[in-house]
Amino acid sequence: MDQIMNSILHWSIVISLVIVSISILLLLYRTIKGPTNPDRAIALDSIGISLIALAALVAIKLNTTFFNEVILLIGILAFIGTIAVAKFIEKGVIIEHDRDKS
Amino acid sequence: MLHFLIIAPLIMAILAPILFKKIKGVHTGWFILVVPLFIFIYLLSLVSTVIHKPLFLQLNWMPSLGINFDLYVDGLSMLFGLLITGIGSLVVFYSIYYLHKTEKLGHFYVYLLMFMTAMLGVVFSDNLFVFYMFWEFTSLSSFLLIGFWNHREKSRYGAQKSMLITVFGGLSMLAGLVWMSIVVGTNSIRGLIQHADVIIQSDYFLPILLLVLLGAFTKSAQFPFHTWLPDAMEAPTPVSAYLHSATMVKAGIYLVARLSILFSGTDEFFLIVSGFGLLTLCWGSYNAVKHTDLKGILAYSTISQLGMIMAMLGFGTGVAVFAAIFHILNHATFKGSLFMVAGIVDHETGTRDIRRLGGLFTLMPITATLAIFGVFSMAGIPLPILNGFLSKEMFFDAAVDLRLESGSIYQMVAPFFPVIAVIGSIFTFVYSMILYFQTFTGELKLSKLERKPHDPPLGMLLSPFVLVVLIIVIALFPGPFNHYLLTPAVAAVMGSEVPHTKIYFWHGFFNAPLFMSLIVLFTGTLLYFTRSKWVHVYDRFPGSWSMNKAYDSIVGGIFKGSATLTNTYMTGSLRNYFRIIIGFIAILGLYTIYITTGFKFDQVTNSALAIPELIIALTMMIAAISIIFISNRIAAILALGVVGYGLSLLFVFFSAPDLALTQLSVETVSVALFLLCFYHLPKLKPEKDTSGSKLINIIVSVAFGLMITFIGIASHSSKWFESISDYFLKYSYKLGGGDNVVNVILVDMRGLDTMLEICVLGIAALGILAMIKYSRKGDVE
Repeated sequence: MDQIMNSILHWSIVISLVIVSISILLLLYRTIKGPTNPDRAIALDSIGISLIALAALVAIKLNTTFFNEVILLIGILAFIGTIAVAKFIEKGVIIEHDRDKS
Repeated sequence: MLHFLIIAPLIMAILAPILFKKIKGVHTGWFILVVPLFIFIYLLSLVSTVIHKPLFLQLNWMPSLGINFDLYVDGLSMLFGLLITGIGSLVVFYSIYYLHKTEKLGHFYVYLLMFMTAMLGVVFSDNLFVFYMFWEFTSLSSFLLIGFWNHREKSRYGAQKSMLITVFGGLSMLAGLVWMSIVVGTNSIRGLIQHADVIIQSDYFLPILLLVLLGAFTKSAQFPFHTWLPDAMEAPTPVSAYLHSATMVKAGIYLVARLSILFSGTDEFFLIVSGFGLLTLCWGSYNAVKHTDLKGILAYSTISQLGMIMAMLGFGTGVAVFAAIFHILNHATFKGSLFMVAGIVDHETGTRDIRRLGGLFTLMPITATLAIFGVFSMAGIPLPILNGFLSKEMFFDAAVDLRLESGSIYQMVAPFFPVIAVIGSIFTFVYSMILYFQTFTGELKLSKLERKPHDPPLGMLLSPFVLVVLIIVIALFPGPFNHYLLTPAVAAVMGSEVPHTKIYFWHGFFNAPLFMSLIVLFTGTLLYFTRSKWVHVYDRFPGSWSMNKAYDSIVGGIFKGSATLTNTYMTGSLRNYFRIIIGFIAILGLYTIYITTGFKFDQVTNSALAIPELIIALTMMIAAISIIFISNRIAAILALGVVGYGLSLLFVFFSAPDLALTQLSVETVSVALFLLCFYHLPKLKPEKDTSGSKLINIIVSVAFGLMITFIGIASHSSKWFESISDYFLKYSYKLGGGDNVVNVILVDMRGLDTMLEICVLGIAALGILAMIKYSRKGDVE
């Protein structure tokens, strides 16, 4: 029974990994192709989220907890990165100086 | 004692500027005069000892390198030492009257004393490298002396030229000396001479000979390196008299004489030295005729006389070497006096151009009388009171006697050499006559002179007078000179006891030398009187091509060529430098892989490939390649981000969580940084490269990528040692007290790296801060 469970787990992880990888590949197409920069930014953000999924799947596959930090970090970084890109696309700068406003 | 005396001029050189500054009333030269005079007297006192047994004095300098300040005093170095100090004293004395107190006498005497030490060191050194040191020291001090009036452009040109040519020769000579010392295994010149057969039989004999002779020929102004000597005439006349007639230009002669035991007897030495010597003799005397400057004539005359001495050394027969040594002495006397006379004429009339001079005999009778002896001795006029005739006669003798030597090479050249010698001597006769009669007889052109000339003060005449007296004394009583100076010197050159050669004035009737002298005399007279008819041959030959021009075009060519060469690769374009650097690394790497057959592909150690890894790798590849073609910068940055994230994912797959974490943060920060400075970046411009340039880029980058790939595969496939990672895994907790092996390595096992990386980050942060502050300041101002 255990063996069957393990085998199911293993195969579902492998299949999920492949699916998520393919989705990254497709997101890459969006990143390169565009057509607009917001498209690319969103695609990159989605790649980040897919990375979370991949890292989690690998962690299960390798039966380790060490990647949990990676998952959290990707979450934060993807958020910050997307914010930065979004702000840049909107205003042209990321960090505004008080002097610049006047 | 002798060690100290060689250095003594240098010590005096330290004092000279002080004396010049502090004691204004007395001409500095008077203090300087003591030094050469004292050394001269000391050397004279050694003469009687040295003729019996050469002196060898040791002084350790760098014993571990075999470089010691050893001195060897035999007949040859004694002769040169006496010439250097004797004529040195006379020249210093002459310079007291020649140079005014307003000149930079402090400088002048420092250079002159430096030169004296250098020259004494050259002739007395027994160690090859100490010899070389002093040799270059003569080049340096000669450079300083030629450029003494450094506000004149021609002085600077002449100084530079002599420096370039003599140092070129000096460096070649150094190579030859090093080679010799390696072949024989000793640095001592006496040691070399004892092992002459080792050098002659070694495979490197010819290159050694050529390199050493190159040094001697450049120093002694042999064809085609004679071109610096006429330009060195920009020096003050005492310097020309001292360096460029009596001493320095004989350093090459000294070298050939000193080493002729090593080389003589070989055909190469005979052919090169006597061939170039005779060529120089003819070329120098031929060219001297067309010159109109007194010192120019004397310079070419020096060249030709040096060629004659060199040729005789090349002959290598007993009588030839004797004649060479004799002529060294004679040439130093008459040429020194002639230069001083030329200096007097220049001093009194303000010009040295023989076209403006003439008829000075009535105004300067004493000077003119002194000149007669020098000039006629140089021309080799058969009078019993002229030493030049004696040595010239012996030169003819030696040239004729070559046919008596065995050896096919001697037989081959024997018919030609006397003829060449006579031709050279004819021209010598002609320019000597021009030198004298154009200056002192004929029509007086007072209108062309700056002031009415008259005999100079007695002090100025004394030095040439002493030399002229020597000319006569040597000619009348050659015996003592022969016994004390010449015979020991010849013995030193030949390396064996030589039979006592007697110097005759009269060889009797019906012998070849006398006959040759008469030919010279008559043909020379004929040519002198008809010179207006044939002097235009100089327009044809050498016409516009001379060694001067060759030198100028070589030096100019080097400048131009190197500028062109540098401009081909120093284009100022970073892309170009990158191409060169990367291209060369790729070529070297691929070539090394090719010739060492270091490439190895071993699949045993490879692990199985998983599909997700493959897809991620594919994603990264596509992203990386697409960056090249994207023309929108944000898109390019984001695609770069994809590569970075992909990499961190690979780290995850290969179970390196710490690396993945760091890679993620760094990637995000980099992307953010790119965006931060995005505003300031220029628009990405489409490349305007030609297709050829693009092709080069593609080739270079593909080659580099291939090289890195090959190296990666090969180094993965060949593991020569056990990895030490087992140790870390085993002892990480035990020694470092941590489970995280990566972190234990970073802060415990190899903490030093980490510390320095922190330094790097700190420096980068400070650098950025500084740059931002700086650029803001620049904006405000």
